[in-house]
Amino acid sequence: MQMLIYILKRILQTIPLLILVSLISFFIIRLSPVDPLAELKLNPSISKETLQKETERLGLDKPIYVQYFLWAKAFVKGDLGICSTGESVAGKLKERIPNTLLLTTLVIFLTWIVGIPLGILAAIRWKTPLDRILTVLTSIGMAIPSFFFAILLLIFAVKTGWFPVGGLTSYNFNDMNFSSKIWDITHHLILPTTVLFTISLAGLQRQMRANLLDVLDSDYVRFARAKGLSEFKVLYKHALRNAINPMITLLGFEFASLLSGAALTEYVFQYPGLGRLILEAVLKSDINLVMASLMTGAIMLILGNLIADILLIFTDPRIRVKG
Amino acid sequence: MKSDKGAISQEIGVFRQLACDKFALIALVVLFIIYFSLLFADFIAPYSKDFSDRNMSYAPPSKIFTINEHGKLSLPYTYSYKREFDPEAMQVDYKIDRSQKYFLKLFPRGEKYKFLGLIPCSRHLIGVAPQGRLYLLGTDINGRDVFSRILFGGRISMTIGFLALFVLFPIGLLYGGISGYFGGKVDTLMMRFAEAVMSIPSFYLLIILAAILPSNMTSIQRFMLIVVILALIGWAGFARVVRGMVLSIKTQEFVQAAQSIGASKLRIIIKHILPQTTSYVIVAMTLSVPSYILAESGLSFLGLGIQQPDASWGNMLKEAQEYINILYRPWLLTPGFLIFIAVLSFNLIGDTIRDVLDPKSRVRGS
Repeated sequence: MQMLIYILKRILQTIPLLILVSLISFFIIRLSPVDPLAELKLNPSISKETLQKETERLGLDKPIYVQYFLWAKAFVKGDLGICSTGESVAGKLKERIPNTLLLTTLVIFLTWIVGIPLGILAAIRWKTPLDRILTVLTSIGMAIPSFFFAILLLIFAVKTGWFPVGGLTSYNFNDMNFSSKIWDITHHLILPTTVLFTISLAGLQRQMRANLLDVLDSDYVRFARAKGLSEFKVLYKHALRNAINPMITLLGFEFASLLSGAALTEYVFQYPGLGRLILEAVLKSDINLVMASLMTGAIMLILGNLIADILLIFTDPRIRVKG
Repeated sequence: MKSDKGAISQEIGVFRQLACDKFALIALVVLFIIYFSLLFADFIAPYSKDFSDRNMSYAPPSKIFTINEHGKLSLPYTYSYKREFDPEAMQVDYKIDRSQKYFLKLFPRGEKYKFLGLIPCSRHLIGVAPQGRLYLLGTDINGRDVFSRILFGGRISMTIGFLALFVLFPIGLLYGGISGYFGGKVDTLMMRFAEAVMSIPSFYLLIILAAILPSNMTSIQRFMLIVVILALIGWAGFARVVRGMVLSIKTQEFVQAAQSIGASKLRIIIKHILPQTTSYVIVAMTLSVPSYILAESGLSFLGLGIQQPDASWGNMLKEAQEYINILYRPWLLTPGFLIFIAVLSFNLIGDTIRDVLDPKSRVRGS
């Protein structure tokens, strides 16, 4: 019961946060000298009525705070307007969000599976050649600019012809049967995943190593050892449980940095994700689309943090007692 | 609270540790070489950043020969390229034009420039006779020397991070200081705002801020605004950490002492509390330089940062977005390797500094 109240409180806290985020993004975009309908006006296939409707919907003839309330009301109702090509923004987002989620969750999953054990290994073998090698490798992983690494992989893909370049599906995707569809997507995902995986693995491994080293230095671990517990038990029953908690908090942040890092990678690989969508929208100064994808990014980030916090309740009993 | 003596011995510790750590030492030397060549870019570069030979777009790097056609050792020399159009393959080829040898000369006269921005000078470190061309790393689409542009572009790429930090840190320190010291409603309000800024994926915010810049700006204005934008991305996270530190510092006796003699709140924050965070600030600064170098390069790579005709390592890589370029003109990728090397060096030095200044890791290290 207590836990439920805590979770509910935590969820309620995100509402003012979201309102603030929307205020910040709205004013940044609206205070810029860009005419929100400039692109629409240039598009000959957009009729006068549509333009008129958009002007009214956005309240462009009214003061800016009224515009904000109009926008917020429409946003809550799910009406996100149209983008410069005339398609609905909501439809575009619906198409892109799953792709970005697929990529980021896959990367997080892989980095945890590989990064946590590597972090533990480095901490156990602290200051041995193995630890040194891992440190050097992670330094390298952290230093490569994501877009540059993506370009290098593209060269590799083009030269060997082993991987498809760009997109998420092949041109004949719709004619495939189920299993070859899955294979096709996997095949397209390998390169972008490799880029993001390499970059986020380094940070995760280092954090895990540092956490475990901290815990291994604490009194209760020393006590457990003095008690004569086997090293295995000390490590996996006592040390690891405490070292993993901060990692879960980190999960939310990792999600955030992945969303950002994915934008450039998506751009280079022509991957149909949210990052590329916002980039194209920004380059075309498509205000409706920019605003909507900015909010979507923020919502995904806040949700990521929320999930991490809720997970933490289950793994860290201290929060339950306090909450 | 640390005494002055402690701070000094800590600084000595940083330098000793940097000198002892092989990786950190190499990194220091590499960064020194990079910054040294950027400082003397006008002199080292054979051409200026805007020198272009329209007939030489995408010319490959000049081949430098040290053995002449008779098989004898000779002073290093190079040939010019001849542009040929292959009508069958529909592409331009560059053939070596063996009719005229150009010996590499030390300190030849070239384009005029101001040495260190002060002394008018026309000597360059290396070059060939004016009729010949020396392209150490080939040319770009406009026939500009990539090697020279890397040097001039590096000036922007390698300083923009530092400049952003000098804008960001005062803001973050003051914001965090006020929020932590005043506490209560002020604190809640200020922190909610900082959290909201942090809740927007940073790269999204970055490209949006860059995109709303008006397009009719001089390159200096644009450069300064990019610095400000980079600073706007990072201050919130930094301010949060400072606030946490201020919360614990403000309960100490010397703060109460300052309060009792009637010092103003702002004075207490700036003069008494914030100086206590120095060692954290130094670590945070060294650790965040690379992320700003990466952010600038990413932004310029997308065409939203530093614009042509100015060079930066990021916008030079923009040309590498085309398949043809990355396959047949690999010299265009050099700026990417330089970003990698610079960021790696900063990271290695940052790691060592953190090891020294972070007391916990020092306990483990001894």
